[in-house]
Amino acid sequence: MNTKRSMILVSNDPESIRLGANEIIQHLNESLAAYGLQDEVDVSTVSDVNRSNILPLVIVYPDAVVYGPVKTSDVRYLVEEHLYKGRVVEDLLAPPKMLTGQIGWLRSHKGYNPAEHRVVLERAGRIDPENIEEFIAANGYEALGKVLSEMKPEDVIDVVEKSGLQGRGGAGFPSGRKWRFVHAAQGEKKYIVCNADESEPGTFKDRIVLEGDPHLIIEAMAIAGYAVGADEGYIYIRGEYGLAFRRLEKAILQAKEFGFLGNNIFGTEFNFNIHVHAGAGAYVCGEETALLESLEGKRGEPRSRPPYPVTNGLWNKPTLVNNVETLANIPPILRNGAEWYRSLGTPSSPGTKVYTIMGNVNFSGVIEVPMGITLREVINIYAKGMKPGSTLKLAQTGGSSGSIIPAVLQDTPMDFESFRKAGVSLGSGALLICDQHTCIVDLVKVLLQFFRFESCGKCTPCRIGTQRIYEIVERISQGQGTLEELDTLPDLILEMERASNCGLGQTATVPIRDMLKHFRTEVEAHIRLGTCPTGVCELSKENEKV
Amino acid sequence: MSALTVDFDVAAVVQAAIEKHGKKHDGLIPILSEINHVFGYIPGTAFREVRKQLHDPAEQIYVAESQLYTLASFYDMLSTKPRGRHVIKFCENAPCHVVGGKAIWDALREELNLNNGETTPDSKWTLVTTSCLGLCSVGPVLLVDDDMYGNVTPAQIPDILNRYE
Repeated sequence: MNTKRSMILVSNDPESIRLGANEIIQHLNESLAAYGLQDEVDVSTVSDVNRSNILPLVIVYPDAVVYGPVKTSDVRYLVEEHLYKGRVVEDLLAPPKMLTGQIGWLRSHKGYNPAEHRVVLERAGRIDPENIEEFIAANGYEALGKVLSEMKPEDVIDVVEKSGLQGRGGAGFPSGRKWRFVHAAQGEKKYIVCNADESEPGTFKDRIVLEGDPHLIIEAMAIAGYAVGADEGYIYIRGEYGLAFRRLEKAILQAKEFGFLGNNIFGTEFNFNIHVHAGAGAYVCGEETALLESLEGKRGEPRSRPPYPVTNGLWNKPTLVNNVETLANIPPILRNGAEWYRSLGTPSSPGTKVYTIMGNVNFSGVIEVPMGITLREVINIYAKGMKPGSTLKLAQTGGSSGSIIPAVLQDTPMDFESFRKAGVSLGSGALLICDQHTCIVDLVKVLLQFFRFESCGKCTPCRIGTQRIYEIVERISQGQGTLEELDTLPDLILEMERASNCGLGQTATVPIRDMLKHFRTEVEAHIRLGTCPTGVCELSKENEKV
Repeated sequence: MSALTVDFDVAAVVQAAIEKHGKKHDGLIPILSEINHVFGYIPGTAFREVRKQLHDPAEQIYVAESQLYTLASFYDMLSTKPRGRHVIKFCENAPCHVVGGKAIWDALREELNLNNGETTPDSKWTLVTTSCLGLCSVGPVLLVDDDMYGNVTPAQIPDILNRYE
């Protein structure tokens, strides 16, 4: 692997370009070559920095040092001092006060390599997950104690609502509002359900939380139980996550032993117990009503809504269903306050987001960064660039039902609002980065294979729709597609989106829609010219032999 | 695993599973998973046995064999057909696919001379595809029984298979 030791980002918004950003890049490349550093240091661009007084910016990673405004005449000195000799050029530093938002955050959090901001993953990898004492020593169960001794249930919900936390399972529903619904629902018996059925392809953020910090979820569920008036909780975890299952069971035993679960927690009237329930392999059980059906011992087929789980959930009782990552945000929010949480991320999407990065990049794995970072930044900084010889062709954000976005959209900030505006879904936070060797038809075929297999079969639009669309795309990939068939896709997509019973069928169409929107030429090449431009698909000649 | 069937008393296995997970409806899937784990699949006699031991109208627990079968056929980790001593699960989803999954799949099929869902004549291997296992950062990924293999290359396949008796 060709690893660079450092990376320089130059702002390339229109204002920076007007002020000479392109010349700076040119000078940087020349100066790096002059010091023989061209193979060790990468120069790339960053946009949307939006700080007109100090443009153009030059940001050096992994030190996360921000220089600005930088003139072309500064460049050679900067390269000599910072990159050759390793000394920060104090004179050129951007004034710290001018650095707000994300750039300011990057600068203040150097230390991690590259800079991350860990809220959800604060302890994962730092404590022994099987030892409750290490969790307690790292502020564990502090939020629960504070909530039970100082706050009324309504106050807890107020804080969660003010924090602006949105559900991290994919839909982005405001968590505080959901809590309020369950709190207001009639009924003596209520349930908290943690959705740990993380089956979205490319997503493994919840696994890292559950394996690395299981007590965090227990603490969050107890807080949620107190807030909405529930005394029992279920963690529905996918059957494939054996290690996480065992650690959760162990953590629950320890929590009972220490009095954080059970009766009269912290000497109060509050009682709370948690059961762990393993699934048996079904993607659709990540849909909350399917999950409830499965918990009750039935096939995981989504229910018709309304009524919603907030009033008629598990065993027909009011039920709060929250994703693992959503819950993991709760104890830090109650410990540090809603204001603190709002200081992270963007105004419309506060907080951090855990992303899983994979594909044709140098680093794949999990990162946690504030909302609003762009795909370009993720690829260049956190994924340490594309693999040698690879250039970005497309990325799929949010798992199999996520949007396929072409390289030109990589500067869209990744938060719920900006993505919604761009017609893109953030989904679960999976980022699948694909290079020029990826064929769009082949990729979509693989995605549809997944959906036609995982469709539960309860409703016709999804059961038949996923199969029909798969067949059409498969024929295209074999060189036997027709333009007439291609033209039937928009109707099929619309039918599925409108008539499917649950999110699976409603969003299975997203990749196909994006394929037609951004990559129609490539699809048509398969049909009109009988060739696969990337050479991935095995077209008709070979198939006729079989 | 199927070779072990004769050594186990189905009724005893079912009884142990029920004791562990409780005589209630929400115990059904864990009970079936447990049985599947012991035998490698759920034999027909086990469905009968679960019904016999669980169905109890006096306690308002109603269980039909057909209901158990619909569960076993719905969930991917449960099998109603006997499987080989070792089951290879290959992830066929996009994250593994774009980093070279297809070459692994072809190598597996060639090495074992099996297609998806088939078992070798000597009952040693069963080859199946599976959906995402949540190990995407080390794709392509495959599971042999409970052992995970990541960053797999086609050249490693014979070596991996040789580790199993």
